[in-house]
Amino acid sequence: MLEAPNQEIALLVNAVTSLVVTSTEGGGFTGPSINEFFPPVIFFAGTLFEMNRIVLIRFLLAAVIIVLFWLGTRNLRLIPTKAQSLVEMSLDVVRVNIAEDLLGKKDGKRFLPLLTAIFFTVLAFNLPGIIPGLNIAASSTFGFPLVLAVIAYVAFIYAGLKKHPGTFLRSSLFPPGVPWPIYFIVTPIEFLSIFILRPITLALRLLMNMVAGHLLLVLCFSATDFFFFSASLEGSEWARFFGIGTFAFGFVFTAFEIVVSVLQAYIFTLLTTVYIQLALAEEH
Amino acid sequence: MLHAIFAASTAAESVNPLVPAPYDMIWSTVVFAIILVFFWKKILPNVSALLEARSAAIEGNIEKADVAQREAEAALAQYTAQLAEARAEAGKIREVARVDGQKIVTDAKDVATTEALRITQTAHAQIEAERQSALVSLRGEVGSLALDLATGVIGQALTDDAKSKALVDRFLADLESSEKAAK
Repeated sequence: MLEAPNQEIALLVNAVTSLVVTSTEGGGFTGPSINEFFPPVIFFAGTLFEMNRIVLIRFLLAAVIIVLFWLGTRNLRLIPTKAQSLVEMSLDVVRVNIAEDLLGKKDGKRFLPLLTAIFFTVLAFNLPGIIPGLNIAASSTFGFPLVLAVIAYVAFIYAGLKKHPGTFLRSSLFPPGVPWPIYFIVTPIEFLSIFILRPITLALRLLMNMVAGHLLLVLCFSATDFFFFSASLEGSEWARFFGIGTFAFGFVFTAFEIVVSVLQAYIFTLLTTVYIQLALAEEH
Repeated sequence: MLHAIFAASTAAESVNPLVPAPYDMIWSTVVFAIILVFFWKKILPNVSALLEARSAAIEGNIEKADVAQREAEAALAQYTAQLAEARAEAGKIREVARVDGQKIVTDAKDVATTEALRITQTAHAQIEAERQSALVSLRGEVGSLALDLATGVIGQALTDDAKSKALVDRFLADLESSEKAAK
């Protein structure tokens, strides 16, 4: 379901790129590069604790989350105010629609802090991609998706080991009820899919969505800027009309990025929950 | 997908976005840990306490409503019972009154009948007495009248009381017998 839009994005990128390249033979236009995601270091250069723009954005977002939720739950009432309803509603997305739906009341409550933190962190980290001034998703460098994927990985393995001590690994790798020769095929597949692909796909799905989204937006808006204002288009002023098109694309993809941000946060949380649920389930 | 996007980047850089930088992971972990602890220790316990208090309040209200409902039902039942009781009592009183009334009427009738009887008897007795006295006085008067008449007719004084008396009696007896014969 997510692959399709991504492919569309890729196709669009190709289309836009070729357009840009053909129309900029005079030189002067530089599209976005992967260096977008490695901005210059600001603090602690040379140490393990280097801080660049993206890291600072993460701290800002953490502060925003904390302030918003602190203000929203500071004065909880039995009969909620409008602001409190909004906060409760957003927390209920994770509590009711994800945790309790998939894990049930008891286990849902156990894993709720983790799932809530994952959901709101991913959501908050995705959104700055379209916030003017920040202009880059804080989840678009590999560190963050990877850390979250590792946490999800640890969480579902912990859940499985705690619930079925001793039998979790065996029943995961050797699903019961399968004739033994099949294990030669099933066991490597299961190992690969459960213990290797799950965290990798979790991390890559989020990273690639955010990277692609950011590159698209940069491409659209830098092309718009180029078409409207570049001096190298002297003599072929008609090309400036392309700027309207690239701006429209940029507008559409900005809206699209909002959807992607929410969707990716939801999917990341949902998949983490599903993995925990599968680990908790009696039969594997 | 990735290729397409990376191909889009004109600057051919050797940075691999799939190799996480240590600082990236460290700060991600730190930030996430802060947010996790914040939700875990602060927000979710508060919200959870609120939800419990809310469901307790709702249950309490439902309980209160139940109690009120039960009270209302009990009051209604009591009222209905009282009403039925009052009706029964009214019926009983009416019945007693009817019986009493009947008895009074019967008694009155009896008394009236007795009284009427008594009056009738008295009247009869009086009539009889008056008749007797009338008879006696009539007899006396008729006797003397007859004697006077007879004295006039025969020209002889019928003064002898014994004789005259016998005569009158005979005459009267004859009269009575002739009267009887005429009947």
